[in-house]
Amino acid sequence: MDSLIGATVRSHCVGTTAVVYASDYLNKLTGEKIERECRRQLDSGCRALVIDFGDTQLVNSIGISILLGIINVAEKNGAQVVFSDVNNQTVELFDMLGLTRHVALARNEQEALSNISGLDPTPTLH
Amino acid sequence: MVPSTQKLIHTFGALADLGQEVANTGDFSEMVRTSMHLLLGTLALRRGAVAEFSPARALECVAVWGLDEQLLSQFQIRGEEEIELLGLQWPAFLVAEGRSSFFERHQAALAREGIELIAPMIVRDKLTGFVLLGGKASGEEFSAEDFETIRAMVRHIGVGIHTHRLIEQVAQRAEENRRLYEDLRAIYRDTVRAFAAAIDIKDKYTQGHSERVGRYSEIIAREMGWSEDEVEGIQIAGYLHDVGKLVVDRNIINAPYHIDAKQSSELNKHPAAGYEILAAINHPYADIPLMAKYHHERLDGRGYPDGLVDEQIPLGAKIVALADSFDAMTTDRPYRRRRSFEDVVRDLRQNTGTQFDPNVVAAFARALLKEVTGETKDRRIVKMLGKGYLEEDNVPTLLNDLIADLSDRSRPTALSGRQ
Repeated sequence: MDSLIGATVRSHCVGTTAVVYASDYLNKLTGEKIERECRRQLDSGCRALVIDFGDTQLVNSIGISILLGIINVAEKNGAQVVFSDVNNQTVELFDMLGLTRHVALARNEQEALSNISGLDPTPTLH
Repeated sequence: MVPSTQKLIHTFGALADLGQEVANTGDFSEMVRTSMHLLLGTLALRRGAVAEFSPARALECVAVWGLDEQLLSQFQIRGEEEIELLGLQWPAFLVAEGRSSFFERHQAALAREGIELIAPMIVRDKLTGFVLLGGKASGEEFSAEDFETIRAMVRHIGVGIHTHRLIEQVAQRAEENRRLYEDLRAIYRDTVRAFAAAIDIKDKYTQGHSERVGRYSEIIAREMGWSEDEVEGIQIAGYLHDVGKLVVDRNIINAPYHIDAKQSSELNKHPAAGYEILAAINHPYADIPLMAKYHHERLDGRGYPDGLVDEQIPLGAKIVALADSFDAMTTDRPYRRRRSFEDVVRDLRQNTGTQFDPNVVAAFARALLKEVTGETKDRRIVKMLGKGYLEEDNVPTLLNDLIADLSDRSRPTALSGRQ
C-alpha cells in the first residue's frame, strides 16, 4: 500500500525493495522529504531503493547533493539504488555529474524491480 | 575544455540560489547547510563540510555531509600557518599536494577521511574558516573550472557566515544595551524613591506622601490611557513633586498649626524651587520638572507659582495636583484629622472645574470604583487609604454619582464655565 509522507512523497514496498516517487521539482524541500523516506525504508530493512522520476521535470544542485547522500547511505547499508523513468535532460545531468557511475537507470519502475529481483541482473542504461 | 551548456546552466542556477540563501537572515545553521548542499550539488561531491575558526582558532563544524563531525575538532591552526595561507591567496588547496605547512601537517588525517580539497574562507583579509570537499561522483579530478566555481561559491558562503555573525553580535549588543538600560531605569527609579522618602522625612507629618502621590498619579495616568513609558514618567514626577520643599525652612513645613501669610509665601516657593532642582537633571522621561512646577496651579488661574489657567497647565501637572490634594485630604495633618470619604468626594465635586480637571477626577474616580467593586484585583488605592477608610456601603454610589456628574461637566460648554 502506498504511503504519503509530508503530502508529497509517495512510496511503497515490493518485497525488500522500496519504491519512492520523486516530485516534479527535486529541490531542498522535496529532496529532504525523499531522503527521509529513503532512510526510513533502509532503517526498516529494505535492501534496495528505486527512486522513480516519472513526475520529475527538474533537479537542482541541492537535489543532486541529496541524491548523492541517499547513494552514500544506501552503500553503507549494502543496498542497491536504481533510478527509474528519468527524463532525457535529467539523465544528461546525472551523466555529466557522474551520478550514473553509482546507480543503475531503468526505463520504468517495472524494469527497475525486475533488475533488482535478479531476473535481469544487468541494469538497462539509457 | 569548454564546459557544456548544461553544466553552465546548472552552475549558474546554483550560484543564483546561493546568492538568495546567504542573504537569508533567518536560521544560521540552515543557511550554511543549504549553502554547502548547493556547492556539493553543483560539482556532485559526496562529502563536504563548512567549518569556522573559534576564537581559540580551533575548527568548529557548522555543516557537514558524508563526514564525521568530530573529525574537524582536531585541527588547530598556528599563527604562522594562518599568515602563510593568507599570503598564498589560493582559492583552494588539493590535500594531496600539501602546498602549505597547515595542510602538510594534517594531510594524512584529511586524506584518510576522503577530503581531497580545502578552500579557505577569507573575509576582509581574515581567515574565518575552511570548506572541505571530497568524493567527486564522476571520479574525475578537480578542473580549473571547478576551482573557479569553488572560489565563487566559497566566497559567498564566507561572506554569508560573516554577515550572520555580525548580525548576531549586533543583536547580542542590542540585548545587552536593553538590559543595561532596564537596570539603569531601575536604579533611577530606586534612587528617585529613596529621594522621595528623604523629602518626606523633612516633613514629619506627611511621611510617605511623595510615594503615595507617585502611585496615585500612576494609577490616574494609566486609567486615562497613557503609555507605559508616560505612566512611569508621571510616577517619577509624583515622587519628586515636593522636592522644592528641601529649600523651605523645616520649621514652616513642620509647623503644628496653620501658618501665617509670610510663612505661606515661603512655602509656596517650593514648586518653582523644585523646578530649578529637577530641570538640572537629564530625566529619561519628559516634562518631570514642569509637572513639579505646576502641581499647585488651578484651572481658574488662582494657583501658583505662575497663575496659569486650564490649557496652559500640562495634563501631567493636573494629575499630580489631584493626587497631591487627595492624599492631603485623606491623611492626618498636625492641625486636623483626615476627612471622611464622603467629605472628600464633596470637595472634589465642588472644586472640579476650578481647581481640578474634570477628566482627571473622573479617571481617578473610575480607578477607585474598579477597586471597590472588585472589577480589578489591584487594590492599591484602597490599601494606601488604609483599613476601614472605605468600608461605608455608599462608596460605590458616591463614586458613580461623581463620575456621572463629571461626565456632564466634561462637555466643552461646561469647560468654558470653569475659567
